[in-house]
Amino acid sequence: MTAIVLPILVPFLFILAFIAIKSHRIAQALSIIGSSILLVLSLYLFFQVKDQGILTLNMGGWKAPMGITLVIDYFSALMLVVTAVIGLAITIYTLYYLPGQHQHTRFYVFFFALMMGVNGAFTTGDVFNLYVWFEVILISSFILIIIGHSKAQLEGGIKYMALNLIGSLLFLAGLGLLYGKTGTLNMAHLAEILRTDPQSTLINSSTALFFIAFGIKAAVFPLFFWLPASYHTPNITVTALFAGLLTKVGVYALIRFFTLFFVQDQSFWLSTMAVIAGLTMVIGGMAASAHYDIRRILSYHIISQIGYMIMGLAIFTPLAIAGAIFFMLHNMIAKTNTFLVAGVIHRSQGSFHLKEVGGLLKQNPLLAILFIIPAFALVGVPPLSGFFPKFMLIKAGIEAQDYLIVAAAVITAMFTLYSKIKIWNQAFLKKDPSSSQLNIRKSLWVPHLIPLIILALVSVFLGLFAATIFDYTMAAAQQLIDPSDYIHHVLNNQ
Amino acid sequence: MEILLAILVGVLYTAGTYMVLRRSILKFIIGLIFLSNATNLLVFLSAGLTAGKPAFVEDATTTSGQIADPLPQALVLTAVVIGFGLTVFALALKLKFFETTGTDDLDQLKKTDKQ
Repeated sequence: MTAIVLPILVPFLFILAFIAIKSHRIAQALSIIGSSILLVLSLYLFFQVKDQGILTLNMGGWKAPMGITLVIDYFSALMLVVTAVIGLAITIYTLYYLPGQHQHTRFYVFFFALMMGVNGAFTTGDVFNLYVWFEVILISSFILIIIGHSKAQLEGGIKYMALNLIGSLLFLAGLGLLYGKTGTLNMAHLAEILRTDPQSTLINSSTALFFIAFGIKAAVFPLFFWLPASYHTPNITVTALFAGLLTKVGVYALIRFFTLFFVQDQSFWLSTMAVIAGLTMVIGGMAASAHYDIRRILSYHIISQIGYMIMGLAIFTPLAIAGAIFFMLHNMIAKTNTFLVAGVIHRSQGSFHLKEVGGLLKQNPLLAILFIIPAFALVGVPPLSGFFPKFMLIKAGIEAQDYLIVAAAVITAMFTLYSKIKIWNQAFLKKDPSSSQLNIRKSLWVPHLIPLIILALVSVFLGLFAATIFDYTMAAAQQLIDPSDYIHHVLNNQ
Repeated sequence: MEILLAILVGVLYTAGTYMVLRRSILKFIIGLIFLSNATNLLVFLSAGLTAGKPAFVEDATTTSGQIADPLPQALVLTAVVIGFGLTVFALALKLKFFETTGTDDLDQLKKTDKQ
């Protein structure tokens, strides 16, 4: 399957094109074409995986444990599709919401670099290659976060850079030790070696380093401080993009590594993760309730939702892993959408602060509906997308008799509901405060809301066709829990 | 040789950790450079050293031990380049931040954490 390389190659070609193009208009048109191509490609790859099972490609013709292998299983394919949907929504959003200095073709260069990095991280089957994709994501996100050069952005950029660079150094150290112990960096080969290796204590040093590195990426409990310090500083388009993709790449790597080859000393790692998941959820949820800036509420909210995904991994039954994957799909879409709504609120009212905005329900009922859908989805109201994964996770938790983590999940749902009601009351129901009347307001047209409508429809779709999505995530979870198929496909592919 | 290098890695990690905890942004970046070099050496070292042997030989029949493992060398080469790029970016960001705010003190960076 040579097509596997296309989700990486296509963004790369678009980066080259954007370096050459000077005109805004052409760049905007081209970016929408580019992300549409990515969406079609990822859907094609998904249906290929559905028909043929796991797809692999040995880069440069080097056979499996030696060269770099690209692998797409159900989990990767689902992530690729959601990434492409978010990419398309964001590129449409940039048509209306990127002010002056952003509207440079430079934004699109690094946008596609980020997409390339994320797609690469989701498709690679090699640990060092994953490190390289992480660095691609990191450097492009560094630049996206400081485009505009405001004081707050530079300050947020330094905080973001500092912790993430340390995280990637820990990743590299863990990778080096792992190579020293096993002599391979191919994930399938590592799985073959480590699943039969009795010496668990030696591997734990690598496991710990990887766990901390991915924990920083995923923003779990003691390591999340870079996220609320930086996510509210850049342009809202960039924040929405980061909210949808970046932390989830960390969660993806955690799920991939801890199901595929870090299975030694599993009881210790899974119970650690359960504690971290619970704390991440509750503390993120509590912090979100304390804030009044919409972007800060939503940023803390990203953290609390990461806890649910880690919870699925910690319970480690097929249902729980499937729940975690379903939760990721739903959360990436709905989270991006709430940030896009925040951007629209800012455009129409001139502020992100809840005390300065209001009266949106009367001004724009369509926007109110478009906020309600992702907000209810995140809270977990049926039949929207958030209900089913939460139900799966809580059911799996009760079956595994992890009552504490289930309690934490239920309490966090309350916090989520509280912070969404707060945004609803303050921004939509409350009367428009007079202080913001002085601001110059831009009118909203339906075309401005198209990306929000796309993502809201996907949320509704994920909820209405939950049985189909459940089957796919269950298949993905089966492939992760029993990786013999994965190992066989990678190592015996000629 | 391994022991010497292992001690060097330890010293670099210690120095890097100390520098990262300083208040100046520039010293923080110097700390990152130390940590990055320590990590590169660690990757190189953990695969084992084979002194005085080439990494690539024409004859494919040589047994292990007679040639050096080329993979860690390639990994470190890539990691060095990436680390260099990131360090340059960090320095450029620090310069821009200094031009905008006139401060190099990490304790002044409290604005984005406030309510």
